[in-house]
Amino acid sequence: MRNIGIIARREIGSYFGTPLAYVFIVIFLALSGALCFYLGGFLFRGQADLEPFFVYHPWLYLLLVPAIAMRLWAEERKTGTIENLMTLPISTPEAVLGKFLAAWLFCGIALTLTFPVWITVNILGDPDNGVIVASYIGSFLMAGAFMAIGSCMSALSKNQVIAFIIAATACFLFTMSGLDLVLNFFRGWSPEWLVTTVASMSFLTHFNSVTQGVIEFRDLVFFVSLITFWLFANVVIVDLKKAA
Amino acid sequence: MTEMIKLTGLTKRFGQITAVDAVDMTVESGEVLGFLGPNGAGKSTTMKMVAGFLEPTAGSASVCGWDIQRDPVALKKTLGYLPEGAPTYGDMTPQSYLRFIAAIRGFDGAERQRRVDAMVDRIALREVLHQPIETLSKGFKRRVGLAQTMLHDPPVLIMDEPTDGLDPNQKRHVRSLIREMAAEKAIVISTHILEEVEAVCTRAMIIARGKICADARPDELRSRAWNHNMVLITADAGDEATLMKAIGDLPEVGTIDVAGRSGDTVRLRIQPAGREQIGPRIGEFVRSKSLPVRELFIEQGSLDEVFWSITTDDGKQDSEHA
Repeated sequence: MRNIGIIARREIGSYFGTPLAYVFIVIFLALSGALCFYLGGFLFRGQADLEPFFVYHPWLYLLLVPAIAMRLWAEERKTGTIENLMTLPISTPEAVLGKFLAAWLFCGIALTLTFPVWITVNILGDPDNGVIVASYIGSFLMAGAFMAIGSCMSALSKNQVIAFIIAATACFLFTMSGLDLVLNFFRGWSPEWLVTTVASMSFLTHFNSVTQGVIEFRDLVFFVSLITFWLFANVVIVDLKKAA
Repeated sequence: MTEMIKLTGLTKRFGQITAVDAVDMTVESGEVLGFLGPNGAGKSTTMKMVAGFLEPTAGSASVCGWDIQRDPVALKKTLGYLPEGAPTYGDMTPQSYLRFIAAIRGFDGAERQRRVDAMVDRIALREVLHQPIETLSKGFKRRVGLAQTMLHDPPVLIMDEPTDGLDPNQKRHVRSLIREMAAEKAIVISTHILEEVEAVCTRAMIIARGKICADARPDELRSRAWNHNMVLITADAGDEATLMKAIGDLPEVGTIDVAGRSGDTVRLRIQPAGREQIGPRIGEFVRSKSLPVRELFIEQGSLDEVFWSITTDDGKQDSEHA
């Protein structure tokens, strides 16, 4: 546990030691605000809620989370620092978790900084703050799932651009898997249970149910087990490919 | 003296290529082992396996009794490892980087800062302590890597080309650091700078194509050179015939020939017939007969020659003919 904390602190420190953190936060805030006000029609729909704000989060994460995740392992392998890291007295799961938690926490910081929207909606009307809290939690969990996928993909390649593209594609498939775009691909040939399984993997479905204000146990389990699975895969890939 | 590093049949294959082929070796405390070999001989791969970065395909490695497969974390605690090129996080400063390493190595609070400070002074990093590592010169970058390797005062140090790319003064500094630590540690360094082996190592090991070809003290290795014990004599050109005749008749002398001429002087090269020293015998002979010799020089043989003859096919044939 101690080592996970130390690694996470170093990672967070390096986000804020470079322009990365500031660029990311500014763009995240600008985009989430713009989408909410212009596309979502926040001011004109006559409802005091944050639905037009949260509804764009999956798409925002689709672009921005792989951008954070792509460097996690690809950069270590490219610069050779992975040889230092993995010969320190730590285990691979500790390294993977430390890096992941730092990146996830960083997303959490960016998400927290959207609080003016929450204040605004409370000034303008009388929203259901329970729903908003649930939506924030759901959004954070979804960011974690995107990040776990991205972290795992980053371990696959030394090249950050490749890592970004693979991660964004994988995240896209998970986001869309409830829609016909993905499901039609499976429908023709695969058994019904597979189609249902794929459909149940959809981030959109789970996230939407959370943003209704009900944090259901199965949605929690979905995101947590997805994170666990991808981090496990991440550990395996790091061990296999660290020296390649 | 205790056995600190032990490799048994250590093997690494990448697909069809065998990078390290059943290497056996032990290193004891107090030894500085110089790991020599051409590029691609398997030096780095061997070191990476001992440091726990690469999994061996076969065989085993242990450091201070900890097996690399069974207790990797315990093994890594007893080890200081400097990877080739000394990679570090460029966006950190030496201060923050060394603090991070010290924390991972289990030091806290005041002890952590004391360790970092001691290492910074020892390795002369004070002046760049708060600059990002990526802005530092190569020499400073390498020193940050060395500081990280030695921070926890490990009983075993493995350093892959610790002086590569440093200027002569920096090389000297690093070598003196290694010598200072040598007494109470087991140290393995890889290098292809042969003078370095003579300067710091108590033992030299030559590896080629994944196999160990030689394992001896540096001076023993040198005595295997074809020109070891060769005597060179400089004399006036006019005395050439006299000297060739007089010295060539000695029973200890194998061959005598002209190595070169310049102006009115000539250099004669005398090979011994056997393995014994012939320098003193020839010196004495020259004095007693008052032969017209200007200068007499005993060749020690060079590691370069030995290295070349062991690691190349050309060299092997050459040394067989010699």
